[in-house]
Amino acid sequence: MVDSTPILEGRNIEVKRGGATLLNIPSLIIQKGEILSLIGPNGAGKTTLLQSLSYLSKPLQGEIFFKGERVNSNHSAFEYRRKLAMVFQEPLLFDTTVFNNVASGLKIRRMRRSEIHRVVMEQLDRLGIGHLSQRSAKTLSGGEAQRASLARAFAIQPELLLLDEPFASLDPPSRESLIEDLERILRQTRTTTIFATHDRLEALRLSDRIAVIKQGEIVQIGSPEEVMNHPIDEFVASFVGVETVIKGRVVRGSGGTFVVSVSGQEIEAVGEAHLEEIVTLCIRPENVTLSIHASKEATSARNAFWGKIAKITPLGLYQKVQLHCGFPLVAYVTNQSLQDLSLTEGKEVKASFKATAIHVVRRQEK
Amino acid sequence: MKFDIFELVGNQEKVMDLILEGIKKAFYLLITFDPEVMKITLLSLQVSGTATFVSLLIGISIGVTIALSKFPGKRIVVSLINTGMALPPVVVGLFVTIFLWRNGPLGFFGILYTPTAMIMAQTVIATPIVMGITLAAIQQLPQKLRLQILALGATRLQMVWILIKEAKLPLLAAVMAGFGGVISEVGASIMVGGNIKGYSRVLTTATVMETSRGNFDIAIALGIILLLLAYFINLILTQIQQRERPR
Repeated sequence: MVDSTPILEGRNIEVKRGGATLLNIPSLIIQKGEILSLIGPNGAGKTTLLQSLSYLSKPLQGEIFFKGERVNSNHSAFEYRRKLAMVFQEPLLFDTTVFNNVASGLKIRRMRRSEIHRVVMEQLDRLGIGHLSQRSAKTLSGGEAQRASLARAFAIQPELLLLDEPFASLDPPSRESLIEDLERILRQTRTTTIFATHDRLEALRLSDRIAVIKQGEIVQIGSPEEVMNHPIDEFVASFVGVETVIKGRVVRGSGGTFVVSVSGQEIEAVGEAHLEEIVTLCIRPENVTLSIHASKEATSARNAFWGKIAKITPLGLYQKVQLHCGFPLVAYVTNQSLQDLSLTEGKEVKASFKATAIHVVRRQEK
Repeated sequence: MKFDIFELVGNQEKVMDLILEGIKKAFYLLITFDPEVMKITLLSLQVSGTATFVSLLIGISIGVTIALSKFPGKRIVVSLINTGMALPPVVVGLFVTIFLWRNGPLGFFGILYTPTAMIMAQTVIATPIVMGITLAAIQQLPQKLRLQILALGATRLQMVWILIKEAKLPLLAAVMAGFGGVISEVGASIMVGGNIKGYSRVLTTATVMETSRGNFDIAIALGIILLLLAYFINLILTQIQQRERPR
């Protein structure tokens, strides 16, 4: 059983401020080598959870176990802090050279100078900022500063790495290249990591598991596919990126499929549901196909609706198309398709999607 | 050269003469290393330097402690310290005199009218200045910086040391302000030091005395020395403050 001891376990963690509960986590277990993303909107409690787990700000209540040992006294909290590293949204570099910044955690541990030099240069090269080692930290760009901050964290070879939205204030190109590098380093070092973000794509990319946080509580935790494709409720669904979330009433049902009436339109979905039950349908925009001909060909898409394009938003590699077909519907199309179909706002198009592409969320019984 | 103050009123030529004479005299006193002036200058440096040093020890340690701790009534304490930054030297002189008076609570030390008493008074003046600037300097550092330092594995003492290093620019300003406050102060020094020749006479008290006697040339000379002194001390501190700021 020794091997299965989780590297970190939190039990009954509770944080309150001014009577309001900021955090209430009955249980959270992180296995060695795992990358767990905490995803949730701003103010959901991601930062508070990270700070409680790291014991940087002591939670009001609760127990933290690091490798099975409880962190409680000041001494054990200090020993625990020496084994972890944390990177914040702001780089929080010291007013000195990049080299000295990256060396700071090692100097605090009184490592020998020659050793420090080796470790620091290694980390700087790993993050691609070796040439900046003698520069003042004040003069770095946002991306470079965050790289220095990550190098400083990796330099102490932490057993647990806590990242608090480290890319949130970076411009898209530096963010992209930094995520790439971080992903590579994390795979190499297999550092156990807890990564807070409000960007589902970042989470999807880096994590082995995703925990969705809402108002201080973990509402869903599981593998990225599980969370993305089977959101437990509307909040998770809308947050992890199922752009179309609609409510409807079940009007017919038989043999594993049922029909939901949504403002006059009928949508067919797969699953079991009671007649007259109110259900929530989640449709991922990448599963919606657009066409401009009333084609007679039979397709496997059970649902097809004519609608008017309300809005087209470019999202880089693809375009987000918002439709009105009695209910709102969002589709992603490539730039090429947008041109080929000459889609413009106000144009009538046919949107189709398979019954199996719909994720149905049934109301929990009260 | 003696002047009657009433002769000077409305007599601009004489005033100009006076200033020129003062500057000449000042240079003369300086280049000849006039022993009297040297002694006064040295004592000024000694008293104000020691007072600044002591006030740094007290002001920085208490200032950092208050900045880093949370307690009810913190705002009141901070506002008291900020008020203390404008403490009138005469008031400090008055209270230090009362305390050190033969029958006062600290009278048994028998140190009234000594340089030690002057150091005490000047320390009382400089400490709130240093403390107030330290407090502001530490508080203006980002809140998360403390967490970051702790997350790097620092002990509490290491954290405080790193924070002080991060605030080194405003802290050097605190040194300058503290020293500037006491080297130029006259009220307290004259009250608790007594301006005793060759013993407790410093640049400011001597300037006051020479002016009141009508020895404007010596007074101007002392004033210029005081200014030069303040300038060089601050020049050195500024050099430290602004040096090796890497690109």
